[in-house]
Amino acid sequence: MTQSDNLAAMLDIMCPMSISVDQDGRIRRVGPTLQKLRPDEPMPGRLLLDFFEIRRPRNNSNLARVLTQPGERLDLRFLDAPRTELKGVVAPSPDGEGAVINLSFGISVLDAVRDYSLTSADFPVTDLTIEMLYLVEAKSAAMEASRKLNLRLRGAMIAAEEQAFTDTLTGLRNRRALDVMVQRLIDSRTRFSLMQLDLDFFKQVNDTLGHAAGDHVLQCIAEIMHEETRESDIIARVGGDEFVIVLNGLVEKHRLSMIARKLISRISKPIPYGGAKCRVSASIGTVRAPETGFVDIDLILHQADLALYAAKRSGRATHVFYSSDMDDRQAPMGAPVRPARVELDRPARRKRS
Amino acid sequence: MHGLINKAVETFFWHTYGAERWQRVVTTAELGFSEFEAMLIYDDEQSERLLEVVCAEIGRPRNEVLEDLGTFLVSHPMLEPLRRLLRFGGVTYVDFLNSLDDLPDRVRLAVSDLHLPQLELQEHMQGLFSLVCDPDMPGFANVLVGVLRAMADDYGALVMIDHRRRRDGSELITIALIETSYAEGRTFELGAGTG
Repeated sequence: MTQSDNLAAMLDIMCPMSISVDQDGRIRRVGPTLQKLRPDEPMPGRLLLDFFEIRRPRNNSNLARVLTQPGERLDLRFLDAPRTELKGVVAPSPDGEGAVINLSFGISVLDAVRDYSLTSADFPVTDLTIEMLYLVEAKSAAMEASRKLNLRLRGAMIAAEEQAFTDTLTGLRNRRALDVMVQRLIDSRTRFSLMQLDLDFFKQVNDTLGHAAGDHVLQCIAEIMHEETRESDIIARVGGDEFVIVLNGLVEKHRLSMIARKLISRISKPIPYGGAKCRVSASIGTVRAPETGFVDIDLILHQADLALYAAKRSGRATHVFYSSDMDDRQAPMGAPVRPARVELDRPARRKRS
Repeated sequence: MHGLINKAVETFFWHTYGAERWQRVVTTAELGFSEFEAMLIYDDEQSERLLEVVCAEIGRPRNEVLEDLGTFLVSHPMLEPLRRLLRFGGVTYVDFLNSLDDLPDRVRLAVSDLHLPQLELQEHMQGLFSLVCDPDMPGFANVLVGVLRAMADDYGALVMIDHRRRRDGSELITIALIETSYAEGRTFELGAGTG
């Protein structure tokens, strides 16, 4: 065995991705792992440039000079697909004829291992490639576990928020949610109308048929309100039998009247419960955003209250729009209210129930 | 105890015995929640109680349950990433056995706060190995026995495994390798997990 054979055998073990070339760049020997990347094209005897383009140094016209520089960096890329990039370092041969270039995948190792079906036998144990692949997989698995935890925490947070914003009996928004959402509309200068809806005769249902019947009625009415409004509207239960509907972007009197009438007419239909029929109806007070938009949530609710009060006073199952002349008729809490002349918004023929 | 270990017990039980029985375990063990989080740390006492209740629920001794857990971890399709990580140990079952010395360090590379007992492999004669497992995590050796058996199947090797506790508290697992390629093992492509 000649000395160069000995060297080749050593290189195959320690640097299986090395390649030996003569001073003209003709390949004399190739490490087993590097040859495995092009199994059908034996490299020895052919030129380095038959297989690779030189990525670095940029000016590759002087390959012969590069091959004489110990420690010179020589980055290569395969000319044909897969166009794997390789990093290399040059060591001139001890016999003065050409050089050994030791190559490695660098960061392209993940793709390379897959593209060429490499196994751990293709890397010497001193090579950290296997450790790196292991680490990549282990980190992905650990990240996945962390990601799941984050998703669950986010889910729990959303559920908690939903709960805090939701009336558990009806699934409608609660007063807190209403405040937040109306404030958001005010802040974004969106025009909207707000209906305050109060059930009539609800107490009788509770008293005569029991609370379960009352709960059932509330749930049915929540359902009716859902059906008669749009997805973007906000429906909240703000008291035992008091509801607020916020109609986003809708201020036309005509359309608001239609919605209110439809609500009243549907709510006034008897609701079956067990063998009994629960009869309630609804009064609605509506306040529309002025041209300038609303400014204050308390004021809006107060105005809606005034309209509702007017509706109640002019007989049940009635819808009334707020108007500014209601303001001065406002009575102190608990005091009898002077009847106001209100603009009744009553359907021409309303079915009594 | 690390969440991953509790989660392993949970996943094993849930998949083997069903959600309903898991709920019963959760209630009896008074965990106060129904699901462990893999990346949180729990009280050792809680993990101990969990294992007790699990064994009582299925009426089997602890060592058997833990061994089944080990087998489950390697062989259940859902836990393929774990099997792959173990297969990084080497091309043959013997390579894999030799890689066990590094297992606690490898685990810490991935999850820095998960500490497994130190392992030491010795080959006494051709095909006869002993694995000494530090005593600092009771029951770990049982799980390891299950893992070793399942990995033997994975590599297609035929082995006999024995396990006993030594006087100093450490655990001794002996592995007799009868045939390295007894059956066709499962495939392992190095690059399959990175795409």
